[in-house]
Amino acid sequence: MKTILLIGDPNVGKSVLFSRLTGVDVIASNYPGTTVDYLKGRMNLGGEAVEIIDAPGTYSLEATNKAEEVAVSLLDRADLIVNVVDATSLERCLLLTLELLAKHKPVILALNMWDEAQHLGININVHELENLLQVPVVPTVAITAEGVKELVRRLDEARISGRPVLEGEDQVWTEVGHIVRKVQTVAHRHHTIWDRLVDATVKSGTGWLAALVILFGLFWLVRLVGEGLIRYAVEPVFELYRTPIDALSNWLGSGLLQKMLIGTLIDGRVDYVQSMGILTTGIFVPFGMVLPYVVAFYLALALLEDSGYLPRLATVTDNVFHKLGLHGHGIIPVLLGLGCKVPGILAARSLETRKERFIVITLVGITVPCAAHTAMIFGVLGRYGASYILVVFGTLAALFLLLGFILNRTSRTECPELFLDIPPYRWPIPSAVAKKTWMRVRWFLTEALPLVLLGVLAACILDAVGVTGLLANYTAPFMQGWFGLPGAAGPALLSGFLRKELAIGMLVPLALTPAQLTVAVTVFAFFPCIAALAVMLKELGIKDMLKAMAAMILTSLLVGGILRIILI
Amino acid sequence: MNETTLSLLKQDEKATVAALHGGSAFQHRLRSVGLKEGKLLRVVAKHHFSGPLVVEVERHHITIGRGMAQKIVVARVP
Repeated sequence: MKTILLIGDPNVGKSVLFSRLTGVDVIASNYPGTTVDYLKGRMNLGGEAVEIIDAPGTYSLEATNKAEEVAVSLLDRADLIVNVVDATSLERCLLLTLELLAKHKPVILALNMWDEAQHLGININVHELENLLQVPVVPTVAITAEGVKELVRRLDEARISGRPVLEGEDQVWTEVGHIVRKVQTVAHRHHTIWDRLVDATVKSGTGWLAALVILFGLFWLVRLVGEGLIRYAVEPVFELYRTPIDALSNWLGSGLLQKMLIGTLIDGRVDYVQSMGILTTGIFVPFGMVLPYVVAFYLALALLEDSGYLPRLATVTDNVFHKLGLHGHGIIPVLLGLGCKVPGILAARSLETRKERFIVITLVGITVPCAAHTAMIFGVLGRYGASYILVVFGTLAALFLLLGFILNRTSRTECPELFLDIPPYRWPIPSAVAKKTWMRVRWFLTEALPLVLLGVLAACILDAVGVTGLLANYTAPFMQGWFGLPGAAGPALLSGFLRKELAIGMLVPLALTPAQLTVAVTVFAFFPCIAALAVMLKELGIKDMLKAMAAMILTSLLVGGILRIILI
Repeated sequence: MNETTLSLLKQDEKATVAALHGGSAFQHRLRSVGLKEGKLLRVVAKHHFSGPLVVEVERHHITIGRGMAQKIVVARVP
């Protein structure tokens, strides 16, 4: 089968074009380095199936990092190269183009982001560019599919350029300058108020202000969307669900099966949060309490990613992150960790040194609450007002900074400096945001749901045979003495290892005071769920994992004890 | 000549790139994002406590660490 390789500079829209050509859903964002590995897909080209490969972005064939090496190594497999070029920065993209033309493979140029170039007053003479490069050039706007049909139609015109091969970097750069002068004219633009506003978001003072406003706005959006979904979608559906559940409960009568499927009746009826049955709490907690916030969070994250704000946030926060032994890029695993720790921990791969990866994985593992945990915090503390919730998040934030500061001191390795290419701001496209949110939610559902159901099953069985009660007695002196919590909180804490969602259902029936609940949900943060622990082990290796675990246990004992003294 | 390093420019100052120091891979990386000899740049932001600089070159914004900026020799443009 013929193989077509999509290759180009970072953040020029290769993944969007790939998705257009193959129909394969991929995560594309408005910041460089979204694609760290290559993706394969197929398309039908004139009745013949061809393979399309989406390579990670690279500025040049002289690779400087792992992702770029992948891109370069893919060249050998290609029968045809589609060089994706950003029309708004032709000059820097042409370096790679000239290097590709020297490879003696058929090449076609996709001059992407054509609309944006026009908008910026950049005019490129496509005919002249075709003549100079001696390969076809097609203007495209991958995000709206404009020009993509034309690109596909002309794929068979791709050819090996007859240009003389240039020797050395200097010659290539001279030639790039020569081509750009011939084909490109740029209308002069004055600095507008919009440009000033854009600049303000990366400056030191105003940048922090912008960060606070934007992050607070997103937090508000998550709450608004999450609560809206609960009120207008979840609650009505679960009210309807009550009828079959009640019928089933009556039909089963009382017994072990009823206790496992439906659970304990509270005041003579099913209570979705407290009954602890597989068909009641087991379904309600993941779908009714956690899913709305997961959807809301991933929606906010998609907006943040596609707007192009993330690299600016990394720039502004670089100073603080340096004190924690990370550079500003460390904010990306942290943000992803707010959704689910697993992708957050995996995202640490994009960091350069082992030390940085250890610090960020430990921090995400211990101090960053995932969406399920956040749902739990709101779920159990929401009714007592915002102050307790602020105590929990404030403690976690302070701990994030403190722990990072300490971990940074444990090793002398210097963290490398920040070097980022900042994309322009773009309005997120609703369909792209919706697709990306859906892909992540789907992933969450397929990963989480089986575990939750298994967990509820295990918890129900253990409860029914009396192990839970025994465990509660066993842990009671410690829970009481150290954290000021009743013994029954012990099994709840342990169930948090399986899935955070489970623990909500086990905490609520204990009738704790708000202060006790605050201590409990904070301490929960320090124990990642089994899925996160497994990924941590895989990414860190056994030795660093043990260090992270030690930090985890120490933190939970210290912080839980201190909170208890202050609050209870 | 009003030559200095990028790291010593103030916010909003403009300059042209005069020379690049450092290893060849580092220089290559700078040129490939547009920071090459003769290009006009503007310091968009300069962060405190030896934080990074943001420079605009060819309508693009690039964040660059202070240490790296020390290796870029520039000539101030009034």
